[in-house]
Amino acid sequence: VDRLLTWLGQTSWSVRLLESLYVWPLIESTHVLGLGLFVGTAIMMDLRLLGVTFRGVPVTAFTGRLLPWTRGAFVVMASTGLLLFYSNPVRYYHNIFFRVKMLVLVLAAVNIWWFHSRTHRGVSAWDADARPPRAARVAGAVSIVAWASIVVAGRLIAYNWFDCDIQPQPAWVNWASGCVIPAEPSE
Amino acid sequence: LIARLAAWWTGVHASLLPTFERLEATPVGASVRESLWAFPVIEAAHLLGLCLLGGSLLLVDLRLLGAGLRGQSIAELATRARPWLLGGMAIMFATGVPLFLSEAIKCYYNTSFWVKMATLPVAIGFTLGLKDPISRRPDLETSSASRVLGASSIALWFVVAAAGRWIGFS
Repeated sequence: VDRLLTWLGQTSWSVRLLESLYVWPLIESTHVLGLGLFVGTAIMMDLRLLGVTFRGVPVTAFTGRLLPWTRGAFVVMASTGLLLFYSNPVRYYHNIFFRVKMLVLVLAAVNIWWFHSRTHRGVSAWDADARPPRAARVAGAVSIVAWASIVVAGRLIAYNWFDCDIQPQPAWVNWASGCVIPAEPSE
Repeated sequence: LIARLAAWWTGVHASLLPTFERLEATPVGASVRESLWAFPVIEAAHLLGLCLLGGSLLLVDLRLLGAGLRGQSIAELATRARPWLLGGMAIMFATGVPLFLSEAIKCYYNTSFWVKMATLPVAIGFTLGLKDPISRRPDLETSSASRVLGASSIALWFVVAAAGRWIGFS
């Protein structure tokens, strides 16, 4: 993986992207502002699933009419995120916050899959309920916690506190970041 | 006129430097600056506030544009979204102020900061003084007037957010 990412980071577009004066900040700004639409609409739907707000609005109004906007915004988030990763792949791959973010993204994806393939199948029975059934509330809660963690971890990727080239680090940090540390010269 | 405005701003800007120096020296500013974790953590909370604010704004703005939750009335969505809108704004303020205090002098010399400070009051005034009260009127339907409201809101807050992000780049 490291060799592949090293090669990827040396491709001319990756170098140009990383060194660009305006393109990188513009992509990163799009990634951040996209949060408002993507996580913003997702949270509103989660709050409805929790029965906290918009209790008079049917759940299918959210999953039918708002979700396309969330999906569209996700495409923006994923494509700008991939470009940012492409600009410096080795660094991100070994960044502990990036790894946490990717793990929680998988959790969020499983939660979405579970909700739509199971819980939401029977939505007609509880569409108008102010307080949806337990499985839907759990899905909403997991989603909020997951996306909030993803935002926080994503923001912290910018900091190099635990990067492999900043040593010494605790052993678990190096393990979690996949750092290869040359053996200490014996005295 | 532009020249006179520029001269006026130059004067105002110069007179504000001592104030910004005092703001930078406040205990809150100093403690955020001296801590390794405080700035990033408050920044992350600022972003979570952005999600809440963005969601509650866009839900209504999309509806004003005739998109999104079209099955509900504008008034119903605006009324339900209001507490989340105010909560989002409160989080943004509570986190934005210490971030600013920790680097007031940097902000003083930062054009993006002043763009944000110029558009932020307009965006807040427009939202709380105009868009929100009109949106909550029960008779408001999707119309060219509602579309102007929705589009203006998105445009104003976009500038605030984009300028805010750009403070960190310049």
